[in-house]
Amino acid sequence: MTQSYRLSAGGRIDRTRTLTFSFDGKLYLGHPGDTLASALLANGVHLVGRSFKYHRPRGILTAGGEEPNALVGVGRDDAHFTPNLRATQVELYDGLTSESQNRAPSLERDYGAINDVFWRFFPAGFYYKTFMWPRKAWTKFFEPRIREMAGLGRSPQTPDAARYAQRFAHCDVLVVGAGPAGLAAALAAAKTGARVILCDEQSEAGGSLLAEPDAQIDGLPAAEWLKTALAQFVAYPQVKLLTRTTAFGYFPHNMIGLAQALTDHEGERNDAQPRGRLWQVRAKRVVIAAGAIERPLVFPDNDRPGIMLAEAARLYLERYGVLPGRRALIFTAHDGAYRTALALQRAGCAIAGIVDLRPNAGGPWVAAAQKAGLAIYPASTIATTDGRLRITGATVKPIAGGSGQRLSCDTLLMSGGFTPSVHLFSQSRGKLVFDATLDAFLPGAPAEACSVAGSAAGVAALAEVMASGAEAGAEAAGGSAFSYQVTNAPEAQGGFIGAVPYHGDPGSVRAFLDYQNDVTAKDIALAMREGMKSVEHVKRFTTNGMATDQGKLSNMNALGIMSPVLGKPVPAIGTTTFRMPYTPVPFGYFAGYARGELFDPERHTAIHGWAEAQGAVFEDVSLWKRARYFPRGSEDMHKAVARECRAVRNGVGIFDASTLGKIEVVGPDAAEFLNRMYINAWTKLQPGKLRYGILLREDGFVIDDGVIGRITDTRFHVTTTTGGAARVLTMMEDYLQTEFPELNVWLTSTTEQYAVIAVQGPMARKVVAPLITGADISAEALPHMSMVECKIAGVPARLFRVSFTGELGFEINVPADYGRAVWEALMASGKPYDITPYGTETMHVLRAEKGYIIVGQETDGTVTPDDVGYAGMIGKAKPDFVGKRALARKAFAEQTNRKQLVGLLTDDPALVLDEGAHIVADPAQPKPMTMLGHITSSYWSETLGRSVALALLRDGRARTGEQLYVPLATGNARVSVVAPVFYDPEGTRLNG
Amino acid sequence: MQRYSALALIKQSLNGHKGWKPQWRDPEPKSSYDVIIIGGGGHGLGAAYYLAQKHGIRNVAVLEKGWIGGGNTGRNTTIIRSNYLFDESAALYDHALQMWEGLSQDLNYNVMFSQRGVLMVAHNVHDEQSFKRHVYANRLNGVDNEWLTPEQAKAFCPPLNIAPGMRHAVTGAALQRRAGTARHDAVAWGYARGADALGVDIIQNCEVTGIERDATGRVTGVQTTRGRIGARKIGVSAAGSTSLVMEMAGLRMPLESYPLQALVSEPVKPIFPCVVMSNTIHAYISQSDKGELVIGAGTDSYVSYSQRGALHIPMHTLEAICELFPIFRRMRMMRNWGGIVDVTPDRSPILGKTPVPGLYVNCGWGTGGFKATPGAADLLAYTIAKDEPHPINAPFNLERFGAGRLIDEAAAAAVAH
Amino acid sequence: MLLIPCPYCGNRPEIEFAYGGEAHVVRAADPRKEDDAAWTEFLYFRKNPRGDHAERWRHAFGCGRFFNVKRNTYTDHIEASYRIGEMLP
Repeated sequence: MTQSYRLSAGGRIDRTRTLTFSFDGKLYLGHPGDTLASALLANGVHLVGRSFKYHRPRGILTAGGEEPNALVGVGRDDAHFTPNLRATQVELYDGLTSESQNRAPSLERDYGAINDVFWRFFPAGFYYKTFMWPRKAWTKFFEPRIREMAGLGRSPQTPDAARYAQRFAHCDVLVVGAGPAGLAAALAAAKTGARVILCDEQSEAGGSLLAEPDAQIDGLPAAEWLKTALAQFVAYPQVKLLTRTTAFGYFPHNMIGLAQALTDHEGERNDAQPRGRLWQVRAKRVVIAAGAIERPLVFPDNDRPGIMLAEAARLYLERYGVLPGRRALIFTAHDGAYRTALALQRAGCAIAGIVDLRPNAGGPWVAAAQKAGLAIYPASTIATTDGRLRITGATVKPIAGGSGQRLSCDTLLMSGGFTPSVHLFSQSRGKLVFDATLDAFLPGAPAEACSVAGSAAGVAALAEVMASGAEAGAEAAGGSAFSYQVTNAPEAQGGFIGAVPYHGDPGSVRAFLDYQNDVTAKDIALAMREGMKSVEHVKRFTTNGMATDQGKLSNMNALGIMSPVLGKPVPAIGTTTFRMPYTPVPFGYFAGYARGELFDPERHTAIHGWAEAQGAVFEDVSLWKRARYFPRGSEDMHKAVARECRAVRNGVGIFDASTLGKIEVVGPDAAEFLNRMYINAWTKLQPGKLRYGILLREDGFVIDDGVIGRITDTRFHVTTTTGGAARVLTMMEDYLQTEFPELNVWLTSTTEQYAVIAVQGPMARKVVAPLITGADISAEALPHMSMVECKIAGVPARLFRVSFTGELGFEINVPADYGRAVWEALMASGKPYDITPYGTETMHVLRAEKGYIIVGQETDGTVTPDDVGYAGMIGKAKPDFVGKRALARKAFAEQTNRKQLVGLLTDDPALVLDEGAHIVADPAQPKPMTMLGHITSSYWSETLGRSVALALLRDGRARTGEQLYVPLATGNARVSVVAPVFYDPEGTRLNG
Repeated sequence: MQRYSALALIKQSLNGHKGWKPQWRDPEPKSSYDVIIIGGGGHGLGAAYYLAQKHGIRNVAVLEKGWIGGGNTGRNTTIIRSNYLFDESAALYDHALQMWEGLSQDLNYNVMFSQRGVLMVAHNVHDEQSFKRHVYANRLNGVDNEWLTPEQAKAFCPPLNIAPGMRHAVTGAALQRRAGTARHDAVAWGYARGADALGVDIIQNCEVTGIERDATGRVTGVQTTRGRIGARKIGVSAAGSTSLVMEMAGLRMPLESYPLQALVSEPVKPIFPCVVMSNTIHAYISQSDKGELVIGAGTDSYVSYSQRGALHIPMHTLEAICELFPIFRRMRMMRNWGGIVDVTPDRSPILGKTPVPGLYVNCGWGTGGFKATPGAADLLAYTIAKDEPHPINAPFNLERFGAGRLIDEAAAAAVAH
Repeated sequence: MLLIPCPYCGNRPEIEFAYGGEAHVVRAADPRKEDDAAWTEFLYFRKNPRGDHAERWRHAFGCGRFFNVKRNTYTDHIEASYRIGEMLP
């Protein structure tokens, strides 16, 4: 197909190269520099989409990110497919594949258009009033059908092939928008030596200057000046110009989010290159020069393909060399549309007339149109339009009344004036002030270090736009502004908000405000009739402003409709809140590098590689990967764990305990500090001895536990749970720095400094002893719960005689760098005893057989030391420790029937209860049942040849011997309550 | 009250929809009421509705400082579920869930309660233990909840990524089929319309600036930006401002207020059939009837009343969403917003009497108040009408903090060991 | 993301810090002398104001020190930061 609406010259496209692209399977031609929208228009294609509710045929309305109609899916395959892209923002590349949306089977013939026939039955909010009977029908019948009708494009179904990048940046001045105001601001700031970042959402900097054939700046044609200015700007060493970069969000303390598109414009040819980059910019000052957005006029049937904003049409002409049609009708309340008419006429497009709502519009543009002999209809309106898939004409009527006149056209270009883009300013919490002459909200007092320049601040004439930019830039950087000589750029004035007056039954016409969501002026009126008087209620009831343009085109017109009905001026109605993002940003930008293995760091112990080589199965424990079991051959977890358990109980096992948190507590007051933190008494603990410590929250509940060794009088080696390490250190620092600053103590995290190897089992000493130098580790010299500093395999070690299995055991702390070497030395030393590596699962079974708790499994944040049977550990003589006072509160201490730790044995020894299952006295009782407690740990005990379980049970210790029930999916299991120690209750084995 | 139905809609359609009446009046405040509810969200409007409907107390005003439903009611991600661990919580939230099931019919207003199922995804052994404890507790409490394998979870929610090589692989999921979502605005509007029809005055743009008490300490009324209004009983249901309102009665509260963010994507055709939550990697997602992916982010770490948050919070959320649902990485964020949530030390609400006679409070729902709306409203109305709590909300009293009887759902799910 | 002035290190982005709750909530030197109500108040009850708020932050990924910040909870503006033990400016 030829580009029959493309002019032979003009614009910023590269006519020397031709690109092929497809839309809905049909091939078209365009040029580098085109957007998908400009290329489609060059081929005479206006019909590009269907609306959300009525499935009305829709054409390209705008030339920017506010486009509500021309939403397309783009991508060569599903892994590169994005729905809902604005054709006005999609840069053309060779081979671009695009499709229309929300239509079946085709744009021209869409079954959904049946909704448009029955539009009277679908007013705003109709769904709140029906679909309620029968009760279940909503979820099962109505909702699925509504969902099918709703939605726009289709989601990709294949994981995204693209990658994304992120950056932080700091600058003195961030300028948002590289139009005339932004450029002037950036130049003024850069001149002072300030670090400046200038960003613009478009593919090239320049803003309105990219479509400015008339104006002269400092004696140069605007396009020439732009070239010079950009060259001057980028020559500064300390500045950055970011195109295709949208400032999408303004966050507290002058943090601005930028979304920079990197490869979309060339079709994402290389997936190894990042597709986009999210910038987090901390700017000392921000200058917002985001421009303004043209408003549609709200008149009956203002949504036919071929109807377009006037400034957009001029842009397509000047920047892309494209005519929107052969015969244009202009409908306006703003002088800018006259300029469009003049430019189109110059380019060979017939002008059917200029219909102006204003009775006596004047000024240079109007005069020029008059001089050019254009037919002007002042104080007139458009009562209706015709044409199905493309506008064919419109009926013009005087506002005062009288007979209408049908004018034929193939495009209708409208302008309701301009809405300043105050989005970012408002996001920054700056106050907006309504300007009644401009019918616009303008930036008022700022809340952050920012200012607004150019048409975003309501300034219209190019000279003033540039002056305001230069001033803002200079002020932001502490310099002085240049001044610019701007000629041949007369100001365009005017504007209108609300629904235009039209003649006819308001009940039988539809004048669209929110094109995409099909919200009409009538819907706004209906919402107010139903009692919705707040702009937010009207928005939510009608969905006006909730489409993908987020009200950029529709909000002011809605306020214009509401104001006279409510009898309130616009500022008294207020505006809806501006929220980020300014235009939609792909999720991938936010997620950035955080995918796959980079989603969360993995923490590996020094022995991880060894375990991996052995085929260990790992589990996630906070960020750590821990070996869960070491299967041999075809063993499953149960078989492997049974074997590992037997090895530890009968011979010797070896376990990587390096993930345990470790904190070195050092100083003259170290013992006193621990006295105040842990429930236990520490003063009398001798150097060389270990003690099991319990840590509470200040409100009395168990938060952590671990073995603590006293190395010297003034030095303790504290261990914590794996997941609690950081939390405990923070808590200790908190108390040390803020409550007990008088204590002379230093805290250091040593979690990653030590590898910890547990050697457990009757043969443990035989494995360890041969490697030890500098210490006697016999039972007499190193009894249970004592420690010694020595060397193992030539490596300095803190050797703990401690057991979490109930067997004779050692936990060997060595510098992490030597962890694997010592591990391998122990494996070699243990070979004669068939030393067996075991994982966390076996560790859990063995400790459960002994009734040792796991904080986070036996406790859940509501458990006291007494609940788990550890009240005896409380240092009774201590005046204070964290949590003591809370436990002593009368109402707390007098609580009865608390859950306490018990053991449970099933009647059927082969039955392993489900962890998390609950305990009842009578399984036949009706629901909701009275639950007495729950299973916290449950395992097959290979040692005992039966299952064992730990549970928290109401008044549990007093229930010892009782028989209760645990309802399971497989039936009710009868259990007996026993003491929570199943194996070697006297502890003879660990003292061996 | 003008009855809503398909027939009424057809009639009005033929008449240009000119016959629809205001859903609620816009009355001037009277000089006094039997009961004043402070806060025109779903909870407060619902409480007024139930006071009138169930307890015959119709001389009631709801005072709203802005527009009704404009606080957390209109800002949340509309997840409704009742699969809570502790008996007290399960009873509370299931009371609400049962009311949700008939709410559209009761109010004659389609609140679009959609029982799409809520899938809570487990990522490690600890999650499994915790979720199974929930499943078992729920079943004995008569609350539906079932454990699914990763494959079953994927069958229920096809976009879910269950690849074993994921950094936080999906190891299973708990599914509550009765759970789902509802249309948040409709809940506020439906209650407002119902309450208004029973005589309740809904007064918007009326900010309470003081609470008056007599010599005995009992409340006698409120001062507002629209003048003094008397009342013998005052119910406070002002999420996001509870501490400020209670301070007017001289009460300090065990609350802190945090910004909570949420976001939606651009709308797409149906792709996501249920609600998925992952507490471990912080991802909450569903798809609205309009087609937007509705995604809940976390709270910012600091106390704030600014109804906005920092960028790194939604970034973290979208990292998790893209990891669990890599097909959504190219979808685009259309709108992000913030609300203010009042958080108690045990993450469970406070609903009951206060030390001030005649003053009742409903607060502290944290990030999960929407799901409780009908239940909380019903129980607040009961407590105000009877001057004593209903057995369901009795455990959620203000005294539990002193007595150490916390109902700590959050800690119960906490990760340690 | 807030820009938080650590009194020891200067302005740093919020992600380097951990929030520490309301400042100047003093733990009694001898908790035994506090009555139950006072202790419950200390444990759980907070000012939670809309407006100026004295709060603690810890420069967790920096110097590790706790310090106080005076921040407006509505505007998020930080007026001052000061060391533990110093008075609210």
